[in-house]
Amino acid sequence: MNPVLLKIIVLLGILIVVLTLASGLIWLERRLLALWQDRYGPNRVGPFGLLQVLADMIKIFFKEDWIPPFADKPVFVLAPAIIVITVLLTFAVVPFTPLVQIADTNIALLFFLGMSSLGVYSVVLGGWASNNKYSLLGGMRAASQMLSYEVFMGLAMMGTVMLAGSFSMRAIVEAQRHMWFVVPQFLGFVLFLIAGIAETRRLPFDLPEAESELVAGFHSEYSGMKFGMFFVGEYLGVILISVLLSVLYFGGWQGPFLPPIVWIVLKTLFFICFFILLRAAMPRPRFDQLMSWGWKWMLPLSLLNLAVTGAVVLAMRR
Amino acid sequence: MEAIFYIAAIVAVLATVLTVTRLNPVHALLYLTVSLLAVAVVFYTLGAPFMAALEVVIYAGAIMVLFVFVVMLLNLGRHTVDLERSWLSPGAFVGPAILAAILVGEVSYLLARSGTLTPPVAEVGPHQVALALYGPYLLGVELASFLLLGALVGAYHVGSRRAQGRTTVGSRSDRTGLASGGDLVRTGADRPSGAA
Repeated sequence: MNPVLLKIIVLLGILIVVLTLASGLIWLERRLLALWQDRYGPNRVGPFGLLQVLADMIKIFFKEDWIPPFADKPVFVLAPAIIVITVLLTFAVVPFTPLVQIADTNIALLFFLGMSSLGVYSVVLGGWASNNKYSLLGGMRAASQMLSYEVFMGLAMMGTVMLAGSFSMRAIVEAQRHMWFVVPQFLGFVLFLIAGIAETRRLPFDLPEAESELVAGFHSEYSGMKFGMFFVGEYLGVILISVLLSVLYFGGWQGPFLPPIVWIVLKTLFFICFFILLRAAMPRPRFDQLMSWGWKWMLPLSLLNLAVTGAVVLAMRR
Repeated sequence: MEAIFYIAAIVAVLATVLTVTRLNPVHALLYLTVSLLAVAVVFYTLGAPFMAALEVVIYAGAIMVLFVFVVMLLNLGRHTVDLERSWLSPGAFVGPAILAAILVGEVSYLLARSGTLTPPVAEVGPHQVALALYGPYLLGVELASFLLLGALVGAYHVGSRRAQGRTTVGSRSDRTGLASGGDLVRTGADRPSGAA
């Protein structure tokens, strides 16, 4: 087949599947949370309540899309688009299977780090442009939280880069043919998981939008589809971190018997369910606890992981 | 690749001009971010993908976010826009314009002398950059890390002294029972900035 055509099909396929999954996650999250809390959750619209998402979508599209008169209009409109764009761009370098990948570059992990640090702008600018003190506080919290946790997210990933000898995600997956990196890099895996939760601002790290203190944090003033963009952006981030966890630490598409695409989907779904379970199980820390924990524990641990991994790799090569 | 280079370069120049002329500081910072991203694309087209990634991660993603963060904390409103408007008179651009014209003249002279454009250089991946940094330029890396460590210790020193001062004030007002609630809110809001 024509390679350009194939690339376009792969690109559209990834886009459609990821966006559908992101909106489907709203239903999955509500059902799973309800299950763990001994309730039913949305079960009326369609089979198992699956059409609830569709109903919510229709509702959100018909809501008044209001921009407050005191807001900074261009930045207010731009902010929710940034998060969706940066997360979707990152999917371009993720190898789902040997065939289903848009671009394989030798700086793929750095590209992911760059896009996730650009994603910070979305919440920061959303909070600032709303011109509301609760939004501003949420934006400030988001900026300091995401910047700090990004530092050791990068450092934690470097362990896999050292073992594979490349920044390319495909090379990292292929280096896990004999052993998943979760075994030699268990500390790195735990650090990356925690940093990933903080990056997507999911509970227990959802302090930028802690509703008991800040109304809704950085998106207090948002309504209609602009709020929907923040919402979809968050779920896209959950999918992205789950895919990356399976690619970097759990062998990506590799596995016995089943075809590669099934393995990557199964691994990703496992981590998505874990994210939802965390939301159901964990309380929210105080903000200063979050920051001191990040800088005083996570950063030294990731540096230690980096140094030890480097030493072992060097000793093995001798 | 050449067309992409020229488009990115034009975007970079336009965004930088807009950075200088914007009255609202946050809008100016956003244009500066766009300019840095355009420079990253320029690096990529010149065969330095690692530099391009670092440009996005460090400049656009970390340093500029901190700038935006600080500007947000200052809470600059309409007053600043008026102030900027009074400062940005056309006369203020004469000096920079002369200096920039000299640079443009030099660049066009150099381009005219070399005749053809530089041929596409070989791609420099992360491997070569790392080998160069930890080989011939090791001393530079060490010096830069000294500087960063010094800045880190200094920032910690300043931050910790200020935090101590705040706790004594807070405890005193708690003892007297005056406005302890307001004080709690204030320290809570200040804390993230101190930690970051």
